[in-house]
Amino acid sequence: MIEQLPAIQLLLTLIAAPICSMLRNGDRSWWLATAASWASVVVACLILNQVWGGGTISYHMGGWPPPWGIEVVIDELTAIVLLLVTLFGALVMTALRESLSTIMRHQRQSLYYTAFLLCMASLIGITITGDAFNVFVFLEISSLATYTLIARGRDRRALTAAFRYLIMGTIGATFILIAIGFMYMLTGTLNMADLAERLPAHKDNHVLHASFAFFIVGIGLKIALFPLHYWLPNAYTYAPKATTAFLAATATKVSLYVMIRFVFDVYGLEFSFQQMHLGTLLVPLSIAGILIASLTAVFQTDAKRLLAWSSVSQLGYMALGVGILNVNGLTAAITHMFNHAMMKAGLFLALATMIYRVQSSQLTALAGIGRTMPLTTGAFTVLGIGLIGVPFTAGFVSKWYLITGVLDKGWLPVAALLIVSSLMAIIYIGKMIDVMYFKPAPEEFSNAQEAPLSMLIPCWIFALLTIYFGIDTRLTAGLAGRVASNLLGGA
Amino acid sequence: MISGLFNYWIVVILMMAGLYIVMSSGHLVKKIIGLNIFQTSVFIFFISMGKVSGGTAPILKDGFTLYSNPLTHVLILTAIVVGVATTALGLAISVRIYEAYGTVEEDEIAELDADNRQNETSVTTVAYNKK
Repeated sequence: MIEQLPAIQLLLTLIAAPICSMLRNGDRSWWLATAASWASVVVACLILNQVWGGGTISYHMGGWPPPWGIEVVIDELTAIVLLLVTLFGALVMTALRESLSTIMRHQRQSLYYTAFLLCMASLIGITITGDAFNVFVFLEISSLATYTLIARGRDRRALTAAFRYLIMGTIGATFILIAIGFMYMLTGTLNMADLAERLPAHKDNHVLHASFAFFIVGIGLKIALFPLHYWLPNAYTYAPKATTAFLAATATKVSLYVMIRFVFDVYGLEFSFQQMHLGTLLVPLSIAGILIASLTAVFQTDAKRLLAWSSVSQLGYMALGVGILNVNGLTAAITHMFNHAMMKAGLFLALATMIYRVQSSQLTALAGIGRTMPLTTGAFTVLGIGLIGVPFTAGFVSKWYLITGVLDKGWLPVAALLIVSSLMAIIYIGKMIDVMYFKPAPEEFSNAQEAPLSMLIPCWIFALLTIYFGIDTRLTAGLAGRVASNLLGGA
Repeated sequence: MISGLFNYWIVVILMMAGLYIVMSSGHLVKKIIGLNIFQTSVFIFFISMGKVSGGTAPILKDGFTLYSNPLTHVLILTAIVVGVATTALGLAISVRIYEAYGTVEEDEIAELDADNRQNETSVTTVAYNKK
C-alpha cells in the first residue's frame, strides 16, 4: 500500500473527476469531489512524511522500469508542492459549493467540479512526473481545465479573459514542447534523470541553447513572469469567485516548480546560470515586475484585480529568489511559493465570501463590510497583514530570507527596492482594509449577513495557517533550506 | 544546405506564419487557425525528427534491420489530441463570446468593454441568468 502512494495520489482526483461528471447532481458530486480532494491531502501528508529529511521515492508507473516506462520521482520539493496543491485545493473545494450556488444551476455544478478535479489531478501529475513529455501533457490538461473554469465567470469579460489565456497558454505550452523536442533530438531520452546525465555533453550545442530559450519563454508565460503576465489580471478578475483562490494558489506555483526542476535538475545549474546567464535575465525583469505590478495594484478600484496585480508582483519575488542563486534566495523562492499560495488563496477566498453577499468586487461595494461581516473581514485582514510581511506572519519569513539573500550578494539598492515594494503592499492592502472598516456601507448592503460556515471556516483556516507558518517554519523554510542547498550543491 | 534541411525550413516557415496570424489578426477564429498552424509546425518538427534515412516503418519483419524511430510519432499522437481539445475549447469560447458580444472582432469587443467599464458597478451577466 505504502509503496503505491504516488499512483494513488494521482488517481484519487483523476478517477473522481469523470465520476463527478456522470453524477449529474450538484450536491452528491460536491461530496465526492471534497472527499477525493481531502483524501489526496492525506496521501500528500503520508508522502511528505516518507521523504521528510531528504528521502527520494522513485515509482515505476505500471511496473515498467525507466527509461522505457514513466518514472515518478518524489523528493522533498515535490512533496511540499503536492501538499500545496492538494491542501489548498481541498480547502477551496470545501468552500466552492456555497460559492457556486448563486451563479450556477444545480445540475451544471457537477461539470464544474469535474473541471476543478481535473485541474487538480493534472497539477499533481506535473509535480510528480519524472518524464519531460508528461510534463507537457499534464500542463496542457491543467490549462484546458483552467480555461473552462475561468470562462464560467458571471461577467462576459470572463470569456475574453479565458480566450486570451487560451492563446497565450497554448503558445507557452507549445514552446515547451519545442524545447522538449530539441532535448530529445540531442539525447534520445525523455526521462528527466537521464536527460540531466546526457545534456552536459552537449552544452556548447546551439540546439540546446535554443531549447533552453524556448523553455524559459514558454514556462515564463505559464508562471506569468513579468513581462509575460498579460493574461493574468483579467483571468483572475473575472474567474468565478472561489475558483480564483484555487488558480492563484496553484497554477502559477506549479509552473514555477517546473521551472526550478528543469533549470536546476535537467539543464543543470552550471549550464543555466553560467553559460546561459539566466540570473542576468531574471533579476532585472523580476525587480521591474515587482515594482510595476505593485504600483499598478495601488491604483486599482476592483478588489479582485488589485489582488491579481499583487500576484504578479509576488511572483516577481519568487523569480528574484531563483535569479540571485544563493541558498537564502532559493530558500526564499520555495518558501514564498508555499506561503504566497496560502495567503493569496486565503485572500481571494475571503473576498469571494464577501462577494457572495454583496455581488460585486468593486471597492465601493465592499465599503463598511467590516461591520456587517466582521469574521470574514477579520480573516481577510490577517491574511493581508501576512502578505505585507509583518513579523509573526508567513509573509515575513519568506521576505526575510529574500532580503538576506540579496544582502548576501551585496546588492543594497535591490534590498532597498524590495522594501519600497513592501511599502507599496502596505498601501494597497491598507487601502482595502481602510475601505472595509472605515467607510460607511452602501445602502443596499447595509444588512448583509455573515457568510455560511462552509465558506467561513476555510477562510479562517487559511488565516490561522498564515500565523502558524510565521512562527513555526520547520515545514516551510526548514525544508526549503535543505532543498535549496541540495539544488545548489553542485556549484 | 536547403535541400538537406528541407523539412526544418518548412517547420520554421509554418511556425512563423502561424505566430504571425495569432498576433496580427483581430478575428478570434482566425487566431485559432493561426494557433493550429503554429502547433502543426511543431508536430511536423517532431515527426520528421524521428525519420532515420533508409529506415522503414517499425514493424518486425525478416530482411529489415533499420527502422525509423516510432516514439516521436506516438508523442505527437498525444500532442495532436491535446491540440484538437484546445481548438475545440477555443472555438466553443468564441461561440460564447459571439453570443455575449455579438461580434468576434477583438477591437469591437474592446470597445464594448470600454463602454461597459464606464458603468462598472452594473454587473453584466451572461447565459445563465437569461435562461
